[in-house]
Parts: sequence; C-alpha cells; structure tokens
Amino acid sequence: MKLSIDGLLVYFPYEYIYPEQYAYMLELKRTLDAKGHCLLEMPSGTGKTATLLSLIVAYMIEHPETIRKLIYCSRTVPEIEKVIAELQNLMVYYERECVKPPAMTGLVLSSRKNLCIHPEVSKEREGKAVDGKCYGLTASYIRDKHEMDNETPICQYFEGFSLEGKESTLPVGIYSLDDLKEYGRSRNWCPYFLARYAIAHAQIVVYSYHYLLDPKIAQVVSKEMTRESCVVFDEAHNIDNVCIDSMSVKINRRTVERSTNALNQLTKLVQEIREEDTNRLNEEYQRMVQGLKDASVQRETDMIMANPVLPNDVLIEVVPGNIRNADHFLSFLRRFIEFIKTRLRVHHVVQESPAGFLKDISAKICIERKPLRFCAERLSSLLRTLEITDMTDYGALTLITHFATLVSTYTKGFTIIIEPFDDKTPTVSNPILHFSCVDSSIAMAPVFSRFQTVVITSGTLSPMDMYPKILDFDPVVMSSFTMTLARPCLLPMIVSKGNDQVTISSKFETREDTAVIRNYGQLLVEVAKTVPDGIVCFFTSYLYLESVVASWYDQGIVDTLLRYKLLFIETQDNAETSYALMNYVKACDCGRGAVLLAVARGKVSEGVDFDHHYGRAVLMFGIPYVYTQSRILKARLDYLRDQFQIRENDFLTFDAMRHAAQCVGRALRGKTDYGIMIFADKRFSRQDKRSRLPKWIQEHLVDSFCNLSTEEAVQLARRWLRRMAQPFTREDQLGISLLTLAQLENMEQEKLERQAQGKEGVGGQVQEL
Amino acid sequence: MTTSSEDVLLQMGEVRYKKGDGTLYVMNERLAWMAEHRDTVTVSHRYADIKTQKISPEGKPKVQLQVVLHDGNTSTFHFVNRQGMPAMLADRDKVKELLQQLLPNFKRKVDKDLEDKNRVLMENPNLLQLYKDLVITKVLTSDEFWSTHAKDHALKKMGKSQEIGVSGAFLADIKPQTDGCNGLKYNLTSDVIHCIFKTYPAVKRKHMENVPNKMPESEFWTKFFQSHYFHRDRLTAGTKDIFTECGKIDDQALKAAVQKGAGDPLLDLKKFEDVPLEEGFGSVAGDRNVVNSGNIVHQNMIKRFNQHSIMVLKTCANVNFAPSTMTNGANKATGPVSQSAYTNGFNGKASSTATATATSGKSQPTDAPMESDEPNAKKQRLIEKIHYEDLGDPMTEVNDESSNGDVGQPKQFELSKVERYLNGPVQHGMYENHSEKFSLEDVQDKLVRNSESWLNRSVQRGVICPKAAVNALGELSPGGTLMRGFQEQSAGQLVPSDFQRELRHLYLSLSELLKHFWNCFPPTTEELEAKLQRMHDTLQRFKMAKLVPFENRAMHELSPLRSSLTQHMNQLLGTANSKFVTWKERKLRNNR
Repeated sequence: MKLSIDGLLVYFPYEYIYPEQYAYMLELKRTLDAKGHCLLEMPSGTGKTATLLSLIVAYMIEHPETIRKLIYCSRTVPEIEKVIAELQNLMVYYERECVKPPAMTGLVLSSRKNLCIHPEVSKEREGKAVDGKCYGLTASYIRDKHEMDNETPICQYFEGFSLEGKESTLPVGIYSLDDLKEYGRSRNWCPYFLARYAIAHAQIVVYSYHYLLDPKIAQVVSKEMTRESCVVFDEAHNIDNVCIDSMSVKINRRTVERSTNALNQLTKLVQEIREEDTNRLNEEYQRMVQGLKDASVQRETDMIMANPVLPNDVLIEVVPGNIRNADHFLSFLRRFIEFIKTRLRVHHVVQESPAGFLKDISAKICIERKPLRFCAERLSSLLRTLEITDMTDYGALTLITHFATLVSTYTKGFTIIIEPFDDKTPTVSNPILHFSCVDSSIAMAPVFSRFQTVVITSGTLSPMDMYPKILDFDPVVMSSFTMTLARPCLLPMIVSKGNDQVTISSKFETREDTAVIRNYGQLLVEVAKTVPDGIVCFFTSYLYLESVVASWYDQGIVDTLLRYKLLFIETQDNAETSYALMNYVKACDCGRGAVLLAVARGKVSEGVDFDHHYGRAVLMFGIPYVYTQSRILKARLDYLRDQFQIRENDFLTFDAMRHAAQCVGRALRGKTDYGIMIFADKRFSRQDKRSRLPKWIQEHLVDSFCNLSTEEAVQLARRWLRRMAQPFTREDQLGISLLTLAQLENMEQEKLERQAQGKEGVGGQVQEL
Repeated sequence: MTTSSEDVLLQMGEVRYKKGDGTLYVMNERLAWMAEHRDTVTVSHRYADIKTQKISPEGKPKVQLQVVLHDGNTSTFHFVNRQGMPAMLADRDKVKELLQQLLPNFKRKVDKDLEDKNRVLMENPNLLQLYKDLVITKVLTSDEFWSTHAKDHALKKMGKSQEIGVSGAFLADIKPQTDGCNGLKYNLTSDVIHCIFKTYPAVKRKHMENVPNKMPESEFWTKFFQSHYFHRDRLTAGTKDIFTECGKIDDQALKAAVQKGAGDPLLDLKKFEDVPLEEGFGSVAGDRNVVNSGNIVHQNMIKRFNQHSIMVLKTCANVNFAPSTMTNGANKATGPVSQSAYTNGFNGKASSTATATATSGKSQPTDAPMESDEPNAKKQRLIEKIHYEDLGDPMTEVNDESSNGDVGQPKQFELSKVERYLNGPVQHGMYENHSEKFSLEDVQDKLVRNSESWLNRSVQRGVICPKAAVNALGELSPGGTLMRGFQEQSAGQLVPSDFQRELRHLYLSLSELLKHFWNCFPPTTEELEAKLQRMHDTLQRFKMAKLVPFENRAMHELSPLRSSLTQHMNQLLGTANSKFVTWKERKLRNNR
C-alpha cells in the first residue's frame, strides 16, 4: 500500500499494515526530520525491518539531500540476509508501482568467508583461514611478484576486479550475498572487494555491527561514509557488549609464549633480509623518517591489520625515532613482552588503571607512552615490509601490540585486572591479564558524532532509559510500542512455587537445592504434557544447566520427560548444538515434539527464532544474572556508578531482564503465532523485575498470573491453548491489530479531528498505540 | 533328487534318520538326507516348508535335530559322530547354524508374499474377480497379473503397514526392579528389544556378532544394562565392555553428521558470526558461558541425551523424510505436479509418450530441491522467514513469478500445442479462434451465438429432412422396426441377474486389459512393443476364453438379446485389434 506518513509518501510492500508499524514510522520520520538519534522498541514479529526500510527508503527518495545513505547493521548473518530479502521485496514493489522506480543500489557486505568465490580459498571453513589465503593471493607485493614471474599464484577474480571493476559502478539493484557472488562469477570479479568498493557508492549498505563498531575493522571498511547517513542498529539490545568486546583484550601465558616465538622468528627474518637486500628495510626506515603515513602507500588488500583504537585517537604524527629501525622496534617489543611476563607472575589479583600501568612500564623498563601508541601501526608496517602473508603465527604478537596501543591511548574507561588463577581452580596457576573496556560509549561515540541519525532498535530494549546513559547519547525520540493483538496470543506467567509449595528460584543460596531442581523438573514435565510441539527452556548459565540435567537424570525426571517429548540440549560446541537444533526442528516438524534446553546469553538465545510450532512455550528457569563475581564486571559496575550514577543493582537487573525478555521473546515471532512464556522464579514477581520487562510482555502479565504454582500455571495454559487452537483469520484481526489503507486513513481522520478539537496531543496518541 | 543346479552347502556324515545311517545335506533350497550306499534321497524338505527347527537339550545322551514342517510333520535327525559327544554337538551346531541363517530368508519370502497377495485379494472384491476371470482361466499368468494389473494394490498394501514408532523413553520403560536379594530385574520385552535395535544399529550389529555363539542372549542384555547406553552417566572406560566399541561407532557417526553441518542456514550457529573478534579480544559478557565446568560426566551425559534423541528421531526419519525440504519445495512443486495430475486425467486416449514425459516431469521437482543449489533453498527459507501471513503477500507476485521462473526451476513438461494434446485430433475449424485474443464480452457474445446455433444446427445444415426424422423416430420407438426385440422394459429386467453379473465381470476384466493395451501406444521402446504384443495376445485369449463362451451361452438362453449384449465389447476388441493390426503393418513397412 502507499501511505502518507506525516506528508511523506511511503511505499509499503504489503496489503495490510499493523497499527504499531504506522506509529513506528511516524516516530522514525520525526527523528529523521530532527536529524537526531532515536531509541525505538517494538516487539519482535511486528515487521520492524520492513517498516524501517520502507520509511527510510521513502525518506531518501523524498529528501535525497538530507539522507544520502542508509547503513543497516544487524547482528548475525541470517539476520543480515533477512534484511536484504526484505529490501528486495520493497524494491520489487517500487518497480511495480512506480512509474519511475528509484535508482537505488543496496548491497550486503560480509567477511571473505561468506563472499569468496575462489575455488580453493572458499573451501576453507574458518574465517581466519579464508582471510589468510586471500591475503596470500592478493597482497600488493604478491601481485608485484607475479608480474616478475608468472609462477606466483594470484587470484583471478581479484585481478579481474582490479583491472575493470574499479572504474565501473555496480548496476542499480539490491544484492544479497548470493547475488554478489553470482555477479562476481559472471564478471570474473571478486565479490568481496567489489562489495568493499561498492559500499562507498551504494545508497543502502547492510552489514554486521563490527564493521562500524570495531575500530580495527571500521577504519578499513567504513571510512568513507557520508555524514548524511542514517545508521540503524537492529537487534541492538546487546550493543553495549559489542562495543566493549571490540576494545577489550585478554592476555594469558600462551599469548606471551607465542608472541615471543613470533618475535624470534621476526628477528630471524629481519636478519635474513638484511643480508640479501638491505634496501627494503632502508626504504621502510626512510618512509618513517619522512613521516609518510603508511596509509598513502597501502592498497586496500594489504590492510588486514588496522589500528585498534578509534580513528579520532590515532596520532597523526611521525613514528617516534626509537622504533623506526626494525631491530630497535623488535627489541623494544621484546622488552615489553618481558614486562608483561613479569606482571603475569603474580600471586594475588591486581587491579589497576591504565595510567598506573604506564607508569609502572616507564619505571621498570623505561618505555615511554608515545612509542607504545605506535606499536600496532609499526608492527603492521614491518610485517608488510617483510612480506608475511600467513598471519597465523603472528596473531599473538599482533594482540600484544594492540594492547600496547590501546593501553597507552586510553586512560579513562578502561581497567587492567591481572588474575593469577581461575576462581574455580585456585591451585592451578593460570594468570590472565584482562585489559577491559568498561565504558561502552567509547566505541559508540564516533558513530554518534559522525552520523546524522542513529536508530537503535530491538524487540527488547526495556528499560529504555538505561541505553542513553550507558551509550552516552541524547535521543530525540525514545519510544516503546506494544503489540496490538486481536487475541491474547502470548501468555506470560510467573511460576513462583512448585506443587509442594516450595519456592522456586535460581537464587544462589537455593539453586543447588534438590527440591528446587525437582520442582523445576516437574514444571517442565507438566508443561511437556500439556503443550504441543516444541518447548524451549533457558537456564541462567551453562554450568547450571549441566548440574540440573544431571540431577534430573538421577531423579528420573529425564525419563519421564522422554515419554512425552524428545530432549535436546545446547552444548558448548557450536557445531554439535547446530546439529541438535536441526534435529529439534525436525522433531517439531514431524509432530513428535521436543524440548530444547538452552542457555540465556548463549548462541541459541541470541540468534535462533522459535516461531510457531518450534516454540509453543518458553520456560525461563531463574533470572539470568550475569556472573556477579567476575572482577571485570565489578570494575564496570564501579565505573558506571561513578561516571553515570547508575546503581549496581539497577544495571544488573537491567542486564538480566533484557536477557530474560530476549529469551522468552524468541517464541513469539508474529501476530498469528502464539506462545506461553513461563518465568520460573519467585523473584520475577517483584516489582523491580516485573516493571523492567518490555511493555508488550508486561501488558499481558496481569497480577493474578504473578504468583502461580506449577499446577495453576498448567491449568491456565491448558485453557489458553484450547482458545488459541481455534481458527484465526485475517478478518478477526482487521481493524484491531491489522489495518487496511482505508482503515488507516479513517483512523488518521479521527485523530485529526480530535486534535482539532484540542482534546489530545499527537504524541500521546502515538505512545498509546 | 538333487539337481545339478543345487549347491550342497554342508554335507554331514553319520547322521541317523529313522534308525538308518546316512548323510545329511544342507543345500541351497532344501534339506536332504540320503541313506548310506544309496543314491536316492530319502528325505527332502524344502526350506519353504520348514516351520522351525528344534534341538535336543544339552546334557541329553542323544544329540538330535528336529525340523517341524508347516503341515505339522516332523523329521528327526540323530547325530552319531563316532568321535564322541563334543564332535556330535559340533556337527549338530554346524547344521543348526546354517539352517538358522537359511530358514528366515525363505520363510519370509513365501509367507509374506502369499499372505499379502491373499489379503489384497480379500480386501478388493473387484480384484479378486479379476483374478478369477483372468488368472484362473489362464488368460494371464499369475506373475503377470500381479506385476501389471495389481501393481497399485500391492504398492498400496506396502504403504499401509504403518511402522510403529519408537518411544523416546523406551529405556525407561524397562524399569529395573529389585528382586529382593541384592540384584536387579529388568523387564525386557520384544518391543523394547526391537526399539533398541532400531535406535542403535550398532547394538544390533553387536548382538548379531555375539549372540549366541560368544555369549547367550541373557548375558548380552546384562552387559547392555551395565553399559553407558543404559546408564547415561557412566563413562565408557573399560575396554572389556563390548559396548565401548558401539559408543565409539555412535560417536563417529554423530561427529560425521555434525561435520556435515546443519543444512539450514538459519540454524547453523557456526555461520552466525560474521566477523569474529580477533583472537584475544572480547571480555565479560561472553566469558561466563565459555567457563568450562570440567565436569566430563555431565557433559558426556548431555551429549548422550542429544545422541539418544537424534537416534530416536532417525528411526522415524525414513517414514517421513525431512519435512522442512517438503515445505521448501512445496511452492515449487505444486506447479508441475498439479499439471501432470491434470494431464493424467486425459490419459485414456492420450499417447503414452505424454504419460512418460509427464511422469518424468513429475519426478523432477521432487529431487530438484536436493540437487539445486544451496542458494535457492536458502532464499526460500529466508522468504519463508520474512513472510507475515497476516500482512498479506508481499505485493511482488507478478515479478516474483517471472524472476522465480528462470532461477534454476526444474524444466517443466511443455507442450507446443496444448489444445491438441488435451482434446486429441479434432476438426481444425472449431479451434481456430484460439489463437486470437478476445475480451470477455466478445467471448461471451460468441458463446451465446454459438449456443444458439446448436439448437438449429441440424436444421440449417439439413442433415436429414423432417419427414425422415419423424420416420426414424417412429422406427426407434417401442414397436418400431428397429426396436422389435425390445419391450418397454430395460435390459435390466430382461437379462437374468447371473448374466448381468457375469457381464459386469467381463466388462471389468476387459477394460482392465484394454487399459494396459492402450497404455502401450505409441510403442516407442522395445519393451513397450513386446508388451503390446503380449497384451494383444492376452486380449485374443480373453476373447476366446471368456467372451465367446459367454456369447454362446447368451445365444442359447437369451435368444432375443443375442449378440447385442456383447456388441459393445466386441466393438472395443475390434478397435483394439484393428489398431494393433495397423501398427503391425506400419512396423513391417518401416522395417523393410
């Protein structure tokens, strides 16, 4: 349908529209108009992606000067592909409806692993291996070598691309991964570099968070994006963790050993090169003396290592004199590694600030802050000079240099923790140095400042006021939408006690209590008896999952469970879990029904949808608090408290509840879907927990459902399931949770009238939707 | 009498039968005994006739083997090896084992076949009648009947035998009970054993290897109950345990399957991460789940639970193969399949090339999703995922179709002239309009005009003058010259019921035969030609064996009707015959 959003003509590629989609568009439009950032929560399964795309694309067509580019970031590869598929739908609709369809190019960028078409390289499964092999075929000096003698293998696709591809632009259209590959094959061009090149010109770019948030990658890939861009972070409920992860470093003994080895190897190489060809080293030295930034001579294929710090913080200066010479640099590194080694030799936990660490360095080994900042850059220059293609041996050393650069660049928002042993095995010495980012706004800040509009959206962002604080930004619009429903298709319940009235909770004191575990088991068995098809259970941690399953086995609960449904369990091995998942899906498909035990914060809870019969009920056993004993977490909590005045408990609850919501939200992926959500922990019924659930869940969580025993919950579920099993047609939804264009216009009319009468403001109306 | 074609699998001397010494031969298809110094076989039992074999219990002085036949008779062989008891036992066991291997093959085949056929006939009275009419009268041989005419029934029969699924908790159903004196009793039923074998093929193999030569049945199961299969929390440590190997085999199978990947891009966790963090990067959030509990027992148990569920699921996988691919293919498949179903409806007249192509068209889409590139399947999955059923289809159908059409769709069965195919050769004039396009009004208009002309067409064309028509009507009315034999009664009242029944049977048989006869046209392959020849012969035989006697009888008993009863059948046969003759002639001409 074609609808008007506040005067903007939006092509929406469906016949009907959800009211909340309409409201979402209104809010989004306001944000774009205001050229600010926004935070929007809309339940999963209400067509968020389609809404976002159709509005922003329409806006780009209408105001090409205001928004030139749409950068859509999502978390997982399947999500990214879904976005592209939606975009393709939209464009097909434009083509059909528009006399002059917009000439827009949209494409997806992914790692080489997903885009490579080289017959041999693409066979590699690991992303790293693909990158390495690709690098080995496309690096500039390899290609130079190839020009000398034809024996040196190169990649025909890259050659094809560099020969003709750079001049021509990608034909207008939307390219998914497979489309890119196909196009690449047909032109004999490398799809990866084609995409890398094309994102500069394309109007719509879809890629993973990391391309924008991880400074190491962002610098290489997303350097040339205009300010007039709209950046969308979809599924952004975990965005702070992504920021933190991309800037935190862990160094253990193995890292040190490996980097020492690498260092030795490098020394040998430098020696060899000096003997046969001093020129190369001299050239490099000269370059540094002249302060010729390597960037100027770099070609994009070489840039597999970039600076780990944010672009604003990179020093635009000449590399300091004491590390210009390759030998000097290597001995410099050797000293630094030795220093880390001594620091790892501790018997008790040490926590200090980067400033203190730097002071210690300068006191003990006389290394200044400035040369440290150039470490990463200097090493990548050296590796390039030495023409090293296989990076596998140098990973650890690179990490050390990254650490050096980071620690010397940032004094605020980071902390250093050295743990001599694992908490569980205090006798085994296993020292780890954590250099941890505690401020997620550091990585986010350049994004907010660089781009005109940043949209942060997800199905579960509640409590929303936390995000502006921890990401340190000022949204112009902050809205949470509920799901308008023609029937109560979700049944959230809080089960607080078992049939024997024992309180169930995953609280630390009671979690190993057999009565609690038994009650959890009985709850699951009862639900398995009642609910058809698939059931998903989430545990608070993998450890807890393991111990509960073991107790269930001893108590015979597993055997009883197997009588009703097959049992699949998430393991720590991704491949194994994938296979179990596939079988779970198969079991649901063939009507056998199955139970999947998974872990909150695990891969399954983040990326797999359990729509329709794949998840008729989700059980959340306990509140998924993060492991609170972790020192890194404590450091972060301290920082949050000092810097942003966020109380520890608030943050912990916020974090736990967003994950709980994320888990239970997996079951409901649309209005025709239905699912039971059981929160099995007494603590969920407390107001501070309950009120932090997303609005769309809270709305259905009435007081009478908040303190149920197993039996009562099952009773309720049984009645509800019977109701849900009735036929449900589009007509039932129309006018309530689904609108035709006419209905939408009607509604609009009414609203305008009311507004004219001054009874209600626009904002309030929208919020109510 | 031993024919040369039979191989003697085992020759066992010093075997006594009815107090006579002799030699026992275990042959390919039967068990025979020959008395000493004679060259004729005294005892000969075909394996198919043997119901079971029995052996004398251990410790008895006489070492005997008895075979029980289906008709209740028995033959007992007494082993009298001079080298003593162990040798006798060894002799006996050799025979026993060999028989054990051989007997089941025959038993299954014979019993099942006959029983099945019998049941099929019982369930289908029509088929039974056909069988009586065609096979018993030797128009067809029995094999031919089953292979061509009752194929569908036989197949349906196969499908009907629904497999009993495996319960997920079959191991729990064993329910160990304490027997009061510090031991455990397990209730093992044949159902459970069946389930175990079905779920764990490795165990079945072990069972075949070990029971009964290495250990008795009971010991095998005792070991099973001690193994990790039953106690999921036990580690497979002891090398003595025969199931350790099974565990390894299972593990390997699982590993291989895991290696192969999830198949569904939306479920493959490995491929979720686009750009993994560099080694050493990362912090708090991930940490907690990566923490290794180090509890190998628990991890192992979890692995076994997964494995168990996967194995159980596999047992029913054969019945309903991968529904996910079904849904994937559904959209694509409906097109071609429905079309071929449609064409099948017109097969009566249509040439058999059409059928051949149609069926090949049908088979293609089913295996196409497997062969076709991964991208297509992936795309399909994605489209499914982003589809909101209540929002309506994305308004892209028109273009979708065209774009879908050329993306690796299986080639469909295409006809250059569909009308000709559907209607057979017709006068050209009637269909010439088809090439033009009309608006709806035009077509309606034409239709109205056409239908008007239907009523008075005969008049316009003047096929017959009114007078003649009235005459003819008179003749055809009861009492007229052409209706002399007929009363006002219908044939139903005239013809006695047994004749009716017989007539019905005749029609049934004939139409069945004719169906197959016409199906052979056009005979493009050698086999079809041969079949055509055969069908023709069968038809001739049918005419001689069934139709002619019936006609004769009718002639005698129902003189007024005489040949009119079989007239139509004769006509059918005549058409078939003439078609065959034409084909034959043409073939000869071509060959020349």
